[in-house]
Amino acid sequence: MTDRPLSLRETMASGLAGLGCFLGIWTLLTVSGLVPRQFLPTPLDVTSRFIQLLTTPFAGATLPQHLASSFKRYIVGVCLAASVGVPLGLMMGWFRWLDDIMAPIFEGLRFIAPIAWVPFAALWFGTGIGGPVMIIFAGAFPPCLINAYRGARFVDPRLIEAAQMLGTGHLRTILEILLPASIPSIVVGLRVSAGLGWQSLVGAELIVAASGVGFMMVQAQANVSTPTVMAGMIAIGLAGMLIDVLLRQGEASIRRRRGLSA
Amino acid sequence: MGSIRFTEVNKVFGPNSGGAKVLDDINLEIAEKEFVAIVGPSGCGKTTCLRIVAGFEQPTSGSVTLNGRRVTGPAPDRAVVFQHFALFPWKTVRQNLDLGLRNKNLAKPRRDELIAGALHLMNLESHADAFPHQLSGGMQQRVAIARAYVLDPEVLLMDEPFGSLDAQTRVVMQEELVRLARVNPRTVLFVTHSVEEAVYLADRVVIMTRRPGRIKEVLDIRTKRNEEEWNRFQKIEDVMDQESFIHLRTHVWKSLREEKPDNRS
Repeated sequence: MTDRPLSLRETMASGLAGLGCFLGIWTLLTVSGLVPRQFLPTPLDVTSRFIQLLTTPFAGATLPQHLASSFKRYIVGVCLAASVGVPLGLMMGWFRWLDDIMAPIFEGLRFIAPIAWVPFAALWFGTGIGGPVMIIFAGAFPPCLINAYRGARFVDPRLIEAAQMLGTGHLRTILEILLPASIPSIVVGLRVSAGLGWQSLVGAELIVAASGVGFMMVQAQANVSTPTVMAGMIAIGLAGMLIDVLLRQGEASIRRRRGLSA
Repeated sequence: MGSIRFTEVNKVFGPNSGGAKVLDDINLEIAEKEFVAIVGPSGCGKTTCLRIVAGFEQPTSGSVTLNGRRVTGPAPDRAVVFQHFALFPWKTVRQNLDLGLRNKNLAKPRRDELIAGALHLMNLESHADAFPHQLSGGMQQRVAIARAYVLDPEVLLMDEPFGSLDAQTRVVMQEELVRLARVNPRTVLFVTHSVEEAVYLADRVVIMTRRPGRIKEVLDIRTKRNEEEWNRFQKIEDVMDQESFIHLRTHVWKSLREEKPDNRS
C-alpha cells in the first residue's frame, strides 16, 4: 500500500477505472471472437438477459422470485447459526470445562467445507428448506462461534474482576459483561458468517433445491444458456455486496453508539 | 465487622520453586474501620497484598482472613476501587451502581434509594444517566467509589485509586475521601506510591521493602493527627504545612529511600 490515503473521489475514480478495464477486456475478448460466445457471453448479452430475467420467468420463477426464495433460506440459516454460535461461543469463553469439551470436536468439524454436507443434507431433507439451511448453517456457524469465543476470552480482565467483586453470577456476567464487551468481535464474526453463508447457500442450491438463484443457474446450464448463468452470478455478487454494506453500516452505528470512533 | 488479618502470607508468581517471590512473610492486622495505607517501591507487592484480600489472588502460603473467615475469592463484602476505574462502558452511571445491588436481589425501590444516596454522597446526581466515557477521569473515579460504597461493604480496597488522575483532581479526591471517611467510616486498605497521600489519608502507614516485599515498618499516624487536630483543616495543603505532617512524611520518605535500587551496593 502507498502511504498517502486516497480521497473518496480518487478512490471512486480508481474503482470505476478498474471496472471499466475489466468490462473492456471482457468485451474485447468476446466481440472479437477470440473466445466463442457459447463459452463466454458478451457483457451486452448478459445485461439484456439480466433485465429480461427481472420480469420473465426462467426455471419456474423470475430472478427476483428466485432471489427471494434464496434470501428466505439464507436468513433462516444465518439466524440459526448466529443464535446457536454466539451463545455457545460466549459460554465456551467463560466456562473452561465447556471449552475443553467442545474445542476438539469443533476444531475437527470446522475444516469440513459446507458443501461436503450436501449428501447428508439431501438425504435428510430432500429439496425442502432444510437442506440449504443446513449447508448455510455449516458455513455460517464457525465464524459466529469463533468470534464470540475470542470476544469473551479477550474481555478486559479488570472488568471481569470488577464484576466478580460486585458478586455477579455466571449468567449475568455472560449477558451483561461478556456479551456487550464482545459485540465488536461478534459483529465482525456475523459479517464473515454472512459472506460464507451466502456462498454456501448458492453452492447448496446448485444441488439440493428446487428454486433459488443457484437452482436457476443449474437449469440454465442444462439449457446451455450462458448469459443466464452469468446473470445469476451477477445477482449473487450484487446481493452479497448489499448484505455486506448493510452489515458494515450496522457495525459502524454500533461503534458510534459505543463512542469507539468519532 | 471488617477486620483483616494477614498471617504469614507468602506469594510466589510462576512455578513454586524458582518463581518470582513477591511477598515474604506478611503479618498485619487491620482493625475495624481503620484506614491503612501501604507504600513501597514499585514492584514490592503492595498491589498483590490488596489483590489477595480482594480474593483475586491466592497466597502461596499463609492466609488472609476477614472477621476470622478465610478469604477464598472475590465477594461484595470487600469492594474494590481500581486504579483504572474498571467501569462498565456500556452501562450508565446508574446502571454501573445498580449491578452490585441487583446481585444482592434487592427490590427496585430500595435499590433506587441506595443509588440516590451514593450519587448524592459523591456529588454525582447530575451525571446519573451519563456513560463513563462522557465523564472526566475524576468523575469516573467518583463513580467507581460510589459503586463500591453503595454495596455497603465491610472493607474498601483501593488500589492506587488516584494514580491516573491529574494533580488538581487528585487533591480534590483526597479531600473527598477524608470527608467520606468521616461521614461513613469503613475499614480501608489503600495502596499508593504517594507518601503525602498515605500520610494525609491513613491511620497507619505500612512501609514495604523492595521485592520480595516484606513489611519494613508500620507507622502510626492517627495519634499525631488527633494530637495535632489535623481535622481542623479543610484543605490538604494546610495539613501538609503542619510540622507534625512534615515530620511524618520525611520519616516515610527516608525509610523508602533506603529501599531504592541504587542503594543496594
